[in-house]
Amino acid sequence: MTVVLDPTAGKVGSSIETVPRPASIEGLTIGLLDISKPRGDRFLDRLEQRLTEAGATVKRYAKPTFTKPAPVDLRHEIATNCDAVIEALAD
Amino acid sequence: MAGSTPSAGPVLPDGLVAVVKRDCPTCVLVAPVLDELAARGAALTVYTQDDLAFPLSSVPVADDTDLTVSWHHGIETVPTLIRVKDGAEVERTVGWSRPHWEALAGLDGLGAELPEMRPGCGSLSVDPDLADALAVRFGGSVLRSRRIELAALEDEMEAAFDRGWTDGLPVVPPTEARVLRMLAGTSRDPADIVAVVPPDLTAVTVEQVAINAVLAGCRPEYLPVVLAAVEAACTEEFNIHGLLATTYFSGPIVVVNGPIAKRIGMNSANNVLGQGNRANLTIGRALQLVVANLGGGRPGRPGRPGVDMALMGAPGKVGCAFAEREDDSPFEPLAVERGLAPGVDAVTLFAGHGPTAIVDQLSRSPESVTRSMAAALRAHGHPKLALGFDAMLVVGPEHGRILREAGWDKARFRAELDELLLMDADALLRGVDGIDEGLPASMAGRRVPKFRPGGLQIVHAGGDAGLFSAILGGWAGGRMGSAPVTHPITDIPSTVPSPSGGPA
Repeated sequence: MTVVLDPTAGKVGSSIETVPRPASIEGLTIGLLDISKPRGDRFLDRLEQRLTEAGATVKRYAKPTFTKPAPVDLRHEIATNCDAVIEALAD
Repeated sequence: MAGSTPSAGPVLPDGLVAVVKRDCPTCVLVAPVLDELAARGAALTVYTQDDLAFPLSSVPVADDTDLTVSWHHGIETVPTLIRVKDGAEVERTVGWSRPHWEALAGLDGLGAELPEMRPGCGSLSVDPDLADALAVRFGGSVLRSRRIELAALEDEMEAAFDRGWTDGLPVVPPTEARVLRMLAGTSRDPADIVAVVPPDLTAVTVEQVAINAVLAGCRPEYLPVVLAAVEAACTEEFNIHGLLATTYFSGPIVVVNGPIAKRIGMNSANNVLGQGNRANLTIGRALQLVVANLGGGRPGRPGRPGVDMALMGAPGKVGCAFAEREDDSPFEPLAVERGLAPGVDAVTLFAGHGPTAIVDQLSRSPESVTRSMAAALRAHGHPKLALGFDAMLVVGPEHGRILREAGWDKARFRAELDELLLMDADALLRGVDGIDEGLPASMAGRRVPKFRPGGLQIVHAGGDAGLFSAILGGWAGGRMGSAPVTHPITDIPSTVPSPSGGPA
């Protein structure tokens, strides 16, 4: 029998429960997060138009750079001000 | 030897302490002297390593057959005679030497029948067949990681693959003995936190890095380089998280400067970016295994998503480290250019991949060869893009010689390159040459540099023959992505670990 030392951090998988899906977006505040990839704004512009037509209020956010996780303050601001968020990954 | 020497062992009794073994002719030879010491009033304790029937008539023999006393008190030779006062060792002598024993015991005329001196024998506590087991038994308590027992019928190599600990190549099973030997490569405490490793933001210890250095195939003397590389990689500036997650090709490249590179046998010459050198290949691999196993950053595979989203990746992502060829370089070393004192051991982390060849076999003037390099660099990433991607230029020694013999230092070379890397934006705008990719129209009329300020690293490496240089392509540079980080290599123990350990 060989004894070896665990080379991992020993973490077990965890799952995060999602909030209930809204039945309708009418009257909701939807955050649109631009990760700052080229042309992501085009995708989000179109989404904003469609969401506004459907009766939602849209707030726009952007990460400083797509190469790094969104700053914790930004994540908190979105969570505080929005009912839902759509994140755009685009090239 | 922080890894294998616990803080406390058994306290030795005051007076004279001898450690012997029956299997040692010199120990048997001095047995009458030990009796003589006791008869002449010395407070004597004799520990035997093998046989409780060690032939003494005047004092009982103390049992050290489990080698606890010998291991903790660093006995390397038997007999060893130690003088102890107030529980602390005052002095010791090894083997038999009449003058030394007389001086240590404070008695004249010892062992009149014996020759003047006789060398001792090896202590059982340093017997290669036992040393590893003893290190685990007495030093293993410093190891805090979870022990995993592999079943008798389980193949160790396959077990590592099955548990997802590898990068696709076999790893060295991280037994306690191997990890303890690895930890002897640094003077840092095994429990010290080295860095917080993304993407899981795991605070990792020296011990955990050492385990992965064992997996990677490192020798103990590489560990300080690996630790410095982990520290440098896990900085905000280097941004290993983004580098891991990007769809781009790059991974962490470790450039080593300073005398440590030669001392641990790193390659800076022939095939410097290729195979064949253990230090180059395993140091970079250890860093990547730390990111994968401790940070949780692995490539995705079918049915199992991973944080590494590289479209294609690059071969060097298994691990890439090399030493700069400093001896005949036309330039100051990279770490010195980046602010460290000459002669300081250092790593510089660069987010890159490659290499891409630069061929120029005809240039004999510095102006010409520099123009060749600039032309190749202008095409880096895309000939019509600028300011986005960093690069590392690896100047080959035959190209470097042209610069050196012309008296061009790094500042001069950089100044010439900077000028040649200024491009007319009008020729690079989107749509020009029938190519949609390019610079935005807002840059029309400007002269733009290919690289952001600080976005081009220059090093000297490679073998003696070949009129080539190379570009290690870099990822998004600076605050937008990754900036190179230079970090000193520290906590190198004064006692160099033995080059080879026993079986694990």
